[in-house]
Amino acid sequence: MTDFQQEAVRLAAQQQSPDWLAGLRQQAAEQWLNASWPTRKTEHWKYTPLLPLQKDGFKQWAQAAGDWQSTVEFIDLDATRLVFVNGVFDATSSSSLPPNIVRFIDADAAAQAIIEQHLGKVVDSERHLFAALSNTWLADGVLVHVPRNETLAKPVYIVHVSTPGAEPATANQRVLVVLEESARANVIEHYVSTDAVQNSFVNSLSELVVGDNAELHHYRLNLEEENLLHLGGVHVNLLRNARLRGFALAQGSRLKRIDYQVNHRGPGADLNLQGIYLPRNNQMVDYHTNVQHCVPHCTTNEIFRGIIGDTAHAVFNGRIHIFPDAQKTLAELSNKNLLTSNKAEVDTKPELEIYADDVKCAHGATVSQLNATALYYLQSRGVSRQDAEVMLSFGFINEVLQDIAEPAVLDYLLPRIARLFGRDSDLLQRIHHD
Amino acid sequence: MLRITDLYARVEEKEILKGLSLTVKPGEVHAIMGPNGSGKSTLGNVLSGRTGYEVTGGTVEFNGQNLFDLETEERAREGLFLAFQYPVEIPGVSNMEFLKAAVDARRKHLNLPELSAVEFMKLARETSKRVSLDQAFLKRGVNEGFSGGEKKRNEILQMMLLEPRLCILDETDSGLDIDALQVVANGVNAMRSEERSFIVVTHYQRLLDYIVPDYVHVLAGGRIVRSGDKELAKELEAKGYGWIESEVA
Repeated sequence: MTDFQQEAVRLAAQQQSPDWLAGLRQQAAEQWLNASWPTRKTEHWKYTPLLPLQKDGFKQWAQAAGDWQSTVEFIDLDATRLVFVNGVFDATSSSSLPPNIVRFIDADAAAQAIIEQHLGKVVDSERHLFAALSNTWLADGVLVHVPRNETLAKPVYIVHVSTPGAEPATANQRVLVVLEESARANVIEHYVSTDAVQNSFVNSLSELVVGDNAELHHYRLNLEEENLLHLGGVHVNLLRNARLRGFALAQGSRLKRIDYQVNHRGPGADLNLQGIYLPRNNQMVDYHTNVQHCVPHCTTNEIFRGIIGDTAHAVFNGRIHIFPDAQKTLAELSNKNLLTSNKAEVDTKPELEIYADDVKCAHGATVSQLNATALYYLQSRGVSRQDAEVMLSFGFINEVLQDIAEPAVLDYLLPRIARLFGRDSDLLQRIHHD
Repeated sequence: MLRITDLYARVEEKEILKGLSLTVKPGEVHAIMGPNGSGKSTLGNVLSGRTGYEVTGGTVEFNGQNLFDLETEERAREGLFLAFQYPVEIPGVSNMEFLKAAVDARRKHLNLPELSAVEFMKLARETSKRVSLDQAFLKRGVNEGFSGGEKKRNEILQMMLLEPRLCILDETDSGLDIDALQVVANGVNAMRSEERSFIVVTHYQRLLDYIVPDYVHVLAGGRIVRSGDKELAKELEAKGYGWIESEVA
């Protein structure tokens, strides 16, 4: 047991949490304390040392902060917005909540029943250490529940803002989405920090239950900067004929690890998951995805693209596991990486495990550098070297960006990505808004 | 316009150009012919500033400037255009975006106002019609999945949009059927003017039936070994390159 594990449980004791979550918290705390701490020898943490987490020793909860509004720009969406600042709900900048959207601490008996039915059940906290931590720290959270045959009129836009504090601090963010049969919803999770030099740890966990024939569009934007440490997970159960269209984007930071675990639980379920990671400077990003085909006739189409600059480091581990019963599976996984500097690094590992004999699967990973001939071609037409690099970088992720179904999200991301490339965003503003 | 004096250049330690001299005045069309491996493509690449091509001697003056003082993109903005023998495919970057970035860069350099998106769209559509390139190609990735002929027409499209002062066509005719060849030639002929010069590098005399040059030069062993008018091309067509090579040797 590490000091960090013990500190985390001490932190849990300081929380005010609804009584009905006490059982889950208690159970999780034991699991957390008994878990062995990942080292370089732990396969799933091999390339992502947790040292920064232990070094900072997060001894206190982050507090609600004063002026953050001036530095955070929201996505321009007509949505039901929920804003958490350092993990604390901020009513002034949030919308009034429709009955479908409930904070855990406000849950009535009916909402409690739904939460208790699913919370901590989609995620396997035996296998995901930081899910056990999230359960240990359960207090507030967001439930999005869409009843049978209903479509949420507006997207749900959940913003988590981290602001700098004097001491390293911690926030816990929890989301539960439950779509009943033939329900539809759009959920956008947006993580942002207001200062590049801040120092905090966000542990986040989203559980998504997509019911029979239901369709969920889910976005998870991890746009926190530099020093923010983020360990997050998105865990999904897809029931019969359920559809999830997922989009993930992360810029790098000192430690950022996001797990996607998608379980095809009902025949005919369809997953379309696309992701982009863009670490630069000395940052890192780690995406671990694991898609389990447990039943027949399900499809997975997964595409992740990474652009890694400067001395940054990216990790991508994409696993698709096809169980013996999952006949007629169609699954594809593609991961492509572009290194824009000689010192950038990526560790990519696509894994395909197939135990059924009548399936169609493909996976592949590539690592490349900016194409010198393409750069020359652009320059020979008068385009500056810098602009040419930006165009080629954008070209590399364009396929994924153009697939974003919500235009406001794309509009929000384009200039920010341009800024990430550290270049004059003028060019991109121009070419992408024509 | 262009004065090349005693140019030496090499690629990966291999000397390709060995004392090439050529002067091109405004409004002139020069054809450069020669056998494979004589340095034809190297000349275009050196002039446009491709990396990996090292100039080891000689000078090139372009519009009164030392060409080698300029970066690749500066040469382009100054009005030097190379139509590639093998145009590059750039997936993910739309042709329209690419063309606009190129035209913007050139206009900015000339202190001309930037074209609005609508103006540019109109211009690009009209111009693509002139080179018989379907408008759908404007939306696709640069040269992505284009046939050989479509790629070459896309080069001519770029040339027309950029309105360069000096156009170097590097074997633009190679591999083209007669229809595509005519499109290319018509594009070039439509752009001929007193201020604009062309260097047409080709392996085949056929192109020169459509683009009639003022001068024909034979490049062999890295330098120009013979110059003449369009009749020289016909002589070459009839006799092949062998006689010149043996004469020079």
